This record gives sequence, C-alpha cells and structure tokens, in this order.
Amino acid sequence: MVEAPLLSLTRLSAGYGEAAVLFDVDLTLAEGRSLALLGRNGVGKTTLVNSIIGVTRWRGGSIALAGRDITRLAPEERARAGIGWVPQERNIFRSLTVEENLTAVALPGPWTPARVFEMFPRLAERKTNMGNQLSGGEQQMLAIGRALVLNPKVLLLDEPTEGLAPIIVEELLKALTRLFREEGLAGIVIEQHARKILEITDEALVLERGRVVLSAPSADLIAHPDRLERHLGLGAAH
Amino acid sequence: MSTADLTARVRGSLVLARKWHPAEFVVWVMAAAAFVLFPRQLLLLNEIAILALFALSLDLIVGYAGIVSLGHAAFLGMGAYTAGLIALHVTADPLVGLVIGMAASGLLGLVTSPLVLKGNDLTRLMVTLGIGLLMLELANSLGWLTGGADGLQGIAMGKILGIFEFDLFGKTAYAYSLTVLFLLFVLARRIVHSPFGLSLRAVRDNPLRAASSGVPIPWRLAAVYTLSAAYAGAAGALLAQTTQFVSLDVLDFHRSADVMLVLIIGGAGWLYGGIVGAAVFKLLQDWIAWFTPQYWQFWIGLFLVAFVLGGREILHGGIRALVARVSGRRGGGS
Repeated sequence: MVEAPLLSLTRLSAGYGEAAVLFDVDLTLAEGRSLALLGRNGVGKTTLVNSIIGVTRWRGGSIALAGRDITRLAPEERARAGIGWVPQERNIFRSLTVEENLTAVALPGPWTPARVFEMFPRLAERKTNMGNQLSGGEQQMLAIGRALVLNPKVLLLDEPTEGLAPIIVEELLKALTRLFREEGLAGIVIEQHARKILEITDEALVLERGRVVLSAPSADLIAHPDRLERHLGLGAAH
Repeated sequence: MSTADLTARVRGSLVLARKWHPAEFVVWVMAAAAFVLFPRQLLLLNEIAILALFALSLDLIVGYAGIVSLGHAAFLGMGAYTAGLIALHVTADPLVGLVIGMAASGLLGLVTSPLVLKGNDLTRLMVTLGIGLLMLELANSLGWLTGGADGLQGIAMGKILGIFEFDLFGKTAYAYSLTVLFLLFVLARRIVHSPFGLSLRAVRDNPLRAASSGVPIPWRLAAVYTLSAAYAGAAGALLAQTTQFVSLDVLDFHRSADVMLVLIIGGAGWLYGGIVGAAVFKLLQDWIAWFTPQYWQFWIGLFLVAFVLGGREILHGGIRALVARVSGRRGGGS
C-alpha cells in the first residue's frame, strides 16, 4: 500500500544569498515514517532542513506539508502548520527557565510540557533552572521538548547527538526511538554517525554537493554498508 | 508519576511563578506608608509614581521584548495632551481622561509600530527618536489645539469618583497615581508571566528560534509596543491631571532620555526596575538640587557615568544576591 506523503519536496533548490546549495531535491516522507539524512560535511544537509523551516533563500521547486503548499510561508507559519525543528546549536532561550522555554511556545495538542517532563525526567528535576544553566545533553533534551510541545506533524533534528557524552547519546536515541517507533511521529534526522541513526529510522537519503545521490530503506543500508561507504567513505556505516 | 500528576505539578509551578514574593508586599506597603511617613513630600512622591509608571511602560518593550526606544516621550505627551484636552473641553472626570489618554497613546503606538518593528537596534533608535521629534513639532505647530509654546492652561480636574478632590499638597494626586501604578503593575505582572510574556522574552533571546517555534513575531511585538504606549499614555494623563498643566516639555527629548536612565539605574527586564530606578533618580535629583541648585545636572551626569561603568553591576548583583538569599532561606521562591 502506498502511504500518502506527509511532507514532500519537489525539485527544491535553495541556498543563501547568491550561493546555491541545494539542487532539484526530491523527498517524500509518509505519516509515521522517519528518515535519516546523511552526507559528508558541507553537502547541504542543514540547508535542506533550513529550507523546510523557511530560513533559506528559495530558488525553485516546492514544499508541501499534508497536501498544503508551504513553500512561501514564513517560518512561524510553517511551525504552526506542523514543522518542529531542533537546531544544531539548540538555541535555548537563555533568560527563561526550562519550564518557561516549553510554555512560551506550546500549542494545543497531545504533547504538553508535562509529557515532555515524563519523557525526560532529567528536565523535570531542573524545570526551574534557567536555560543557560543546563548541560549540553539537558539543552538538547529541552530543544527536543520545545519542538514537541508545538505538536508538530514532522520533527526535524539537526545532529541531535553532536558533542554529547555516550551515555547521553544513548538516552537521546532511546527517546527518538520512542518518538518514531511508539508515538508514530514522522521525522527527519541529520546525523554524522550513520549506523546509530539508521537503526532507528525507516529510510535514508544521502546528499552529495546539494543533490540526492542515494535513497534507500535504512535496513537495506545496514545490511549492505558498502552502498553507504561508497558515498560517505570507509567506516561511515559503523 | 502519571501524566495527569505531572500536568497538575506543571500548572502548580506556573501558578507559583506568578505568586507574589513577600518582598513585593513590602515595596507596596512602604509606598502606601509614605503617606503617613512623608506627608510633606507627597508632590515628589507623586512625580516618582508617575515616572515609575513611565519607566514600567518602557521596560515592557526594552526589558521584555528587546525593542530599544529614544522617543517614548511621544506616548507620554500624547496621553498628557489628550487628558488635558478632555478635561478642558469634554469632562473634568479624571478617570475618563485617563482611559481616553491611554487609548489615544495606544492607538499612536499601534499606528507607529510597523515603523519601529523593522530593522535593527540602531534603526529603531533613530525611528523612535524621529517619531518623538515629529510629535513635539506637531504639538508646537498646532497651537490652536495644544496651546503651542504656552501649553494647555486652565485645566481644572474634578473629583476622583466624585469623592476625592485634588489638593495643593499632593495627597489625592499621590494616592491616585499610586493606585493607577499599582493596578497597571499588577496587569503587567500578569502579562509578563503569561505565555505571551514568555514568548516576548523568547523573541528577545533568539528571534529566529522563536519564529521557527511558531511565535508570530511581528504581531507579538506590535501588541507589546501598543500596550507599552498605552501605559506611557497613562503616565502622561496622570502628569497632566495631577499638575493640571501640559506643556511641550512632556514631549521633549529629555523625557525619553530620563526614562531610559531610570531603567538603566533600576535594571531592565524586571518590573520593579522602573520603580526602583524612578525612586533613585528623582530622590537623587532632588537631593543634589538641594545642595547645589545651579550644577545639579553636572553631579547627576557624573553619578550616571560612574554608575554605568561599575556601580550598576554592584547594585544589581547585590539586589539579586539578597533576593537569592531570602529565597534560599524560604526554601526557594520564584
């Protein structure tokens, strides 16, 4: 059965200022599916996510969410339409407490600050701490929680495990597994460590110089790491 | 713990964050007690209350939304002239003048907000400065309405609620200004602790992140700018009604600069900053003018330079440490 696409990018080209970074990117993501966005540094992974949230310069193509064309919408309208974003830099609101970071942006829906605290008990313990008093892992949990309380249709995560201790990485991956496998949330995850993310996603897409060069089920790439290594280099699939 | 329990706890802690700290009661009790303690200083205290309200209005945009302004006197002046004109031509009821003064300033804020919300801090400084100068020149040139350089004269206010008559010693004036300050402070307190207020701080911290979290930045900033203008209008209306005179001075640049200094002294981004700053600024001004009437501005200037270069951190750090200590003793407050 062919699932209706929740998010679809059609021949999307985008960049910054005069510089073009993405060229004719096609991508579809069905409801409840997750996708690993892979590629070497500087190939346009973050630009692709930034284009979906609406902060790059559009140069062609279209983006549709649940059948609605969102190509020309402002970032805040896209967020309200159902795009949740967890940026690489985390960008915690430093003058707000953990709890205020969540309540400042929460929209009606099943994901409430209380559910975020249930998912990340570590945050519940620190809910009265200011955003800038958190460790890197806690900031990442808060960034994910802040995207969840928007009750998004699609969650975009830009290198969520970057720079974190292995034990925190495990905790975050468990949380993402729960989101994708148990909660059925659709998501796109950018990750340098392919193996880690292929295990918890359904599909994978590899970018090279702003173009899609490989699109395959994550399980296939785990079974045939050589396909991935051809694009990412030796050892990339481990 | 179940989600229902957690929801209840989250709600509880949000209510707690809005809860009044005992130190806050002390501030307002002291302000009310000043009636009895300083009966000869009520006119000065009235000025402090009005300046505090004006500073509170500026804090809403500077401290909470990150919008800098050097033309906030435009709204003070609008409120003052509107209240003065209402008293002269429509009704002497102070409350009617206050409400219409606030509405007029709010409307001016709403109309000018698109100009102010675009661009960076420097652009905003220039645009707000320009709006202030425009309003000053407009009031000057519309002499048939505003009295021009002579100002609005012959304002006679009626009794507040038909009971309390304005007197020469500032008793009614201070009570009136303090009451309005308190009520608008409570409203502002409610607003800054609401999700709307939190989203303003989110915008100030990181506009891009706030936008991608669904915060409609232009609307939120326009709303708080309008609210701030209405608050400044209330301060202007109080000034006009309690002094029963309005002149071009209310629109002068020094008003915008003074209120910025008040916020710098008291600290932006906490609602008591305007009140503390207004008290320090006015008392300092009064005290220095007492021992050196000719050169008081020199000493005020010197104080401000020293304060901004070093004293501010000491004062604000000291207050924060004191609050933290008191909160710590109480087992952690908001």
